[in-house]
Amino acid sequence: MFNQFDVLETIDMIEKEHLDIRTVTMGISLLPCIRESAKKTAAAVYDRVCGKAEKLVSTAEALSAEYGIPIVNKRVSVTPVSLITAAFPAQSALIGRELDRAAHTLGIDFLGGYSALVHKGTADYEEAFLRTIPEVLSTTERLCSSVNVGSSKSGINMDAVRLMGEIVCETAKRTKDEDGKGCAKLVVFCNAVEDNPFMAGAFHGTGEADTVINVGVSGPGVVQHALSFVPDADLTDAAEVIKRTAFKITRAGQLIAREAAKRLSARFGIVDLSLAPTPARGDSVAHILEELGLSVVGCHGTTAALAMLNDAVKKGGVMASSRVGGLSGAFIPVSEDIGMIESAEAGQISLEKLEAMTCVCSVGLDMIAIPGDTPASTVSAIIADEAAIGMVNNKTTAVRVIPAYGKKVGDQVSFGGLLGRAPVMPVHTGDASKFIGRGGLIPAPIHSFKN
Amino acid sequence: MRAVVTVTGTDRRGIIAKISAFLAERNVNIEDISQTILGDKFAMIMIVDTSESKEDIAQLARDCEEMGRTIGMSVRIQHEDIFNAMHNV
Repeated sequence: MFNQFDVLETIDMIEKEHLDIRTVTMGISLLPCIRESAKKTAAAVYDRVCGKAEKLVSTAEALSAEYGIPIVNKRVSVTPVSLITAAFPAQSALIGRELDRAAHTLGIDFLGGYSALVHKGTADYEEAFLRTIPEVLSTTERLCSSVNVGSSKSGINMDAVRLMGEIVCETAKRTKDEDGKGCAKLVVFCNAVEDNPFMAGAFHGTGEADTVINVGVSGPGVVQHALSFVPDADLTDAAEVIKRTAFKITRAGQLIAREAAKRLSARFGIVDLSLAPTPARGDSVAHILEELGLSVVGCHGTTAALAMLNDAVKKGGVMASSRVGGLSGAFIPVSEDIGMIESAEAGQISLEKLEAMTCVCSVGLDMIAIPGDTPASTVSAIIADEAAIGMVNNKTTAVRVIPAYGKKVGDQVSFGGLLGRAPVMPVHTGDASKFIGRGGLIPAPIHSFKN
Repeated sequence: MRAVVTVTGTDRRGIIAKISAFLAERNVNIEDISQTILGDKFAMIMIVDTSESKEDIAQLARDCEEMGRTIGMSVRIQHEDIFNAMHNV
């Protein structure tokens, strides 16, 4: 049984420290929707998504009221669309637009899965699919796209990396009137996971059950607040505080995930043990690192502090949930975290430091604005570097950069809402085009051969 | 179903009476009450049984919020499982 202090602590976490369930995401298999034409497939996709997720929003709202904890986002992820349009890849946009329409009908803010998995090679139908991404992202509002270009087991598909550099730049150009917002809905992965509930990288893997509920928790503010009570603790004790806090946060996620799955007749998939920031003050991962004793995120020591935070979150979370998965760890998007935004604006954090930080946390270079005239081969090279970190370290890495069309270093892009704002950060001007132009596959590292 | 009603704010006369009447009107049975004063902050926690309630807990939550506004305090009702989940191993 709990006591009155437990009750008041939970209420303070929710009301003052931004504790919330960041997302309840329903994963839906689209494999039963494949028909002989794109048109019929699109109709089947719309009907299936709207049918399966019909009660997603109302159920999440009821749970939120019952348990008194906000559920910020309700979302859907689907089977990578390239798999269901393999017979008519050039018409994939039709399915993309129907998915966007389904997202509007359901009243959800994002739907993920306009995706392809090309980590070992790109089939002709997949290349045709990838080439539809810029047009689809510029003509839809809520659809998110992700592409897996490498894995620890397969190596890195450098032909896909080259193509994705071009696709990111083309998407930025086509959505230039919205500061390149299309690129905020496009993630390039290495070691993508099949049960990620977070956007823009969510898709429903083919190894998953038909309909699944995955939940992403949050609560950077809660962790920061807990650490503020132990300002002089050594780092062993600080890690313990983070673990205990992560346990509580995750238990709330586990409860909601179980109940949501039961009420929506879906499988309980996983709880993603993440600290996901928002641009709101008091909801920042960067500020946790500063609470640990850094004057500003990005200074020397940031990588070590993040490594400790990430690990403690996982240890507390694993104890709290019977099923964990997704990305699980601390997220470090620039535009979506007020501490990161302020550090970037002050020139205190660089792309190089962010890259180093991605070696020890759960994601990659996320929501970073770069100059609009950055060559596609340089974007590809950024993707390749990040994929190499993921491949060698057996972890997920991702790149979600936004070439800010017509803007240069020091200018700002602004997307509003949870996507936030970011200053344009400098990239190296040296040329990697010869390297990227070689194509082929970077072989998998020797330590991946474990069979 | 058991739920937890929490009332927080600045202490004043008649709070327990008002909340008890509010719950009785809705057929919600009070099983346990504790209250504490932290500085000038008043916190009352009630364990209640809602199985005979005329309203579902989502509606009760909305009513509690509304009634909290009228008395200038924060009033919530939450399913007890959120506290069991977060504070018990």
